[in-house]
Amino acid sequence: MASSSSYNSPCAACKFLRRKCMPGCIFAPYFPPEEPQKFANVHKIFGASNVTKLLNELLPHQREDAVNSLAYEAEARVRDPVYGCVGAISFLQRQVQRLQKELDAANADLIRFACNEIPTALPVPPGVSSIQPMVPRQRPVEFSRRIGNEGDAFYQPPSYSHPYILPWSDNPSGDINDGGGEGNNM
Amino acid sequence: MMPGGGRCAACKYLRRRCPSDCIFSLYFPANDPQRFARVHKIYGASNVAKMLQQLPANLRAEAADSLSFEARHRVEDPVYGCVGIIHRLHQQIQNAETQLAKTQAQLFGFINTIID
Repeated sequence: MASSSSYNSPCAACKFLRRKCMPGCIFAPYFPPEEPQKFANVHKIFGASNVTKLLNELLPHQREDAVNSLAYEAEARVRDPVYGCVGAISFLQRQVQRLQKELDAANADLIRFACNEIPTALPVPPGVSSIQPMVPRQRPVEFSRRIGNEGDAFYQPPSYSHPYILPWSDNPSGDINDGGGEGNNM
Repeated sequence: MMPGGGRCAACKYLRRRCPSDCIFSLYFPANDPQRFARVHKIYGASNVAKMLQQLPANLRAEAADSLSFEARHRVEDPVYGCVGIIHRLHQQIQNAETQLAKTQAQLFGFINTIID
């Protein structure tokens, strides 16, 4: 983590804001001077005072992850001013749907094999899959109301080119590694 | 200004007059005060206004909806916001791919049994 006390170098936030970087600067640990764009994005989307308020409401050990997720959202919003990282969510939800269909089909074939039948191109029986979508269809994303008659479907923006690689590998629940994805590094 | 002459949720929250060309009125109706309260808490009214103004009018509704979605999730989860959803979706995808690979391996096993 950056520190304003290292060689008296101001953090990226204080450089951007053109102010003296004081010891104890709330931004210094999370916005090193070598990453000016990180703070520039966060400042553009959220504003410095909002970020300060958000960080002050968190425990110190939570702040690094909070800053990284804010930076991720801010970069996503800068790249896609209409959908931000909601576009990534929609893309990933479609992937989950696609995989669930494939898994349903594979499980159906397995059941048929287990019953000594040769699989045919039959409709997948309901209730075969063992995974559920992250966002259940009965709890639609709140703004899917604007999309035709898909009131109970996932949000579907216009074609989304690529998801973002997450900036850190820790899982929010703390017990698994993030698998990352295609797309640009942050 | 809302149809009927009332103030939008933003202008009510900000305690100001709602002008006829208010940038917020179409996307932050008075009947959903929490929607604006959340985006104001996370982004600030002036940032939201700037972001909407920089977009063509036909895209502003989608932008307001996605900002509202992100703000809601950030309020609910101040550490990860909707990035937490992305994390969990990535994990779901990884789990599903693993499951699919296992199931397909079992299927190939059956097919090989039949062929042999």
